[in-house]
Amino acid sequence: MKKGWISLLVMIFLFGVVGCSSETAKQNEKANKTKEIELLNVSYDPTRELYEEFNKRFAADWEEKTGQKVNIKQSHGGSGKQSRSVIDGLEADVVTLALAYDIDAIAQAGKLSENWQQELEDNSSPYTSTIVFLVRKGNPKEIKDWDDLVNSGVEVITPNPKTSGGARWNYLAAWGYALKQNNGDEQKAQEFVTKLFKNVPVLDSGARGSTTTFVERGIGDVLIAWENEAFLAINELGKDKFEIVVPSISILAEPPVTVVDKVTDKRGTSEVAKAYLDYLYTDEGQEIAAKNYYRPRSQKVAEKYADQFPSIELMSIDDQFGGWKEAQKTHFDDGGVFDQIYKP
Amino acid sequence: MSAKKYEERNEKSREGRRSHLLRKWMLIGVALTFLGLFIFLPLIVVFSEATSKGFELYLLALTEPDALSAIKLTLITAAIAVPLNTVFGVLAAWAIAKFEFKGKNILITLIDIPFAVSPVIAGLVFVLLFGSQGLLGPFLEANNIKVIFGIPGIVLATVFITFPFVVRELIPIMQEQGTDEEEAALTLGANGWQMFFRVTLPNIKWGLLYGMILCNARAMGEFGAVSVVSGHIRGLTNTLPLHVEILYNEYNFTAAFAVASLLALLALVTLVIKSFVEWRSEKLRSE
Repeated sequence: MKKGWISLLVMIFLFGVVGCSSETAKQNEKANKTKEIELLNVSYDPTRELYEEFNKRFAADWEEKTGQKVNIKQSHGGSGKQSRSVIDGLEADVVTLALAYDIDAIAQAGKLSENWQQELEDNSSPYTSTIVFLVRKGNPKEIKDWDDLVNSGVEVITPNPKTSGGARWNYLAAWGYALKQNNGDEQKAQEFVTKLFKNVPVLDSGARGSTTTFVERGIGDVLIAWENEAFLAINELGKDKFEIVVPSISILAEPPVTVVDKVTDKRGTSEVAKAYLDYLYTDEGQEIAAKNYYRPRSQKVAEKYADQFPSIELMSIDDQFGGWKEAQKTHFDDGGVFDQIYKP
Repeated sequence: MSAKKYEERNEKSREGRRSHLLRKWMLIGVALTFLGLFIFLPLIVVFSEATSKGFELYLLALTEPDALSAIKLTLITAAIAVPLNTVFGVLAAWAIAKFEFKGKNILITLIDIPFAVSPVIAGLVFVLLFGSQGLLGPFLEANNIKVIFGIPGIVLATVFITFPFVVRELIPIMQEQGTDEEEAALTLGANGWQMFFRVTLPNIKWGLLYGMILCNARAMGEFGAVSVVSGHIRGLTNTLPLHVEILYNEYNFTAAFAVASLLALLALVTLVIKSFVEWRSEKLRSE
């Protein structure tokens, strides 16, 4: 009863202050057929350039096919943080995040179906990427592989695995390398990763934050980064300042995409949201991904851009860590291995 | 007094004056260097970076749709937050300065909370209250009302953060003036409103204006709390400070500095108005 009163008061207040409009889903659906439709894509940090280009192309394609204008809005940030926002009520029609666990978390909050990852091809990941190193020109600290990151006097920049998806891939890639070096000895792997994080002077909340820390603020000797992020940094900020180092082994990163059913049902955007994600799998979509340094799934497009991507031995999260749920639980949840490793 | 002694003393005081002068200039020098390093240099950097690629690009950065919508949202937010906090501020300051009641100190402490608490926490409180998983989340969702990750949330967070500026400014002024003039007005037959508009308001107007200016400056510049509740949707829930961050993160440094220069300009204008108001109220008080 008391709670009801508080709610009522708050409601009256809100109506007074802003005057919200409340439309029903049915009205929305009807109105959408005729007027411009809005779509919100909540994504992770490094996809800004990719979706800026992709959104334009999709909007043009959709208008040609249906005569309807679609206005796509973007929100970017660390993958974990973005997932948290969607759980807290950010009305994303589609989420395109850095790793499956962050979408699992949204599913657990009841905003989309638990088996979302089976809904689209290739684990619902239309493009893949991997983790590489970005070093300063001439590679003054002679960084060639993961081993060199734990040397004393090497400053490593990586974002915070608690909030950033890329950072979790970074962490697991390092862990996987150490496992391989030590014949699967988990203890040794933990020692290796602990040593690595001792060399990290600052943890940003997202991959882009780390890139600007390394590139703009000039902190650190090596940035562990998404392959696409490393390429972009070089192209945007100067080939004469940085170079990419490809480690002997890295991880196959599958950034997945899905429709947030609960939001699209309410807003009447299910159809266009589905089409939006499907378009990522078309040749055009794949080509835009490749142009923005994401590894395309399509064989045809992959061959066309083969020169662009160095070949690396890639381990998969399912083989090495038993999938994201398992990896998240062991390493990144509260009290997990990362909490034991990183004590600031 | 002998001539010799006189000479000696003169010599001493001249020496004293010289070292006094030295100290004075050293202090002024330190202050100016500090000011230059921490205030003027950054300002110059902001403006020179903003216009580094030509004035045309500068204008373009400020007139592209996302920037315009950020400007609009910032103005809307300030336009709601400032009047609301002005009305509340006058009411609260009135109650605190002119009446005695139990729990007055608690009220003053409550008013100060937004100053004491970190803006990020302030933002989180709203997420915990209005978010889907929050206390009022299910109710709001059932009624299709969107608070956080929308304009209402941004306004709420800003109102919360800028809450104490007006009150804090008014309480000392009102306390200093006491209740004599108002009591006189009432005795002479004025009603409550007449008393307020003819006696109270004219007495506090410069202080009130000063508080509103500060409130406005903070409302337009707030980053932390707004960042938490905004959802960072480009062209929709981005205020100017958030827009600067986004542009910077997209390697779009010129545009980031262009928008930042707009905020800096806003701050400069605020400062000028503020000095004017200070000068006016100072003059009034001395008269």
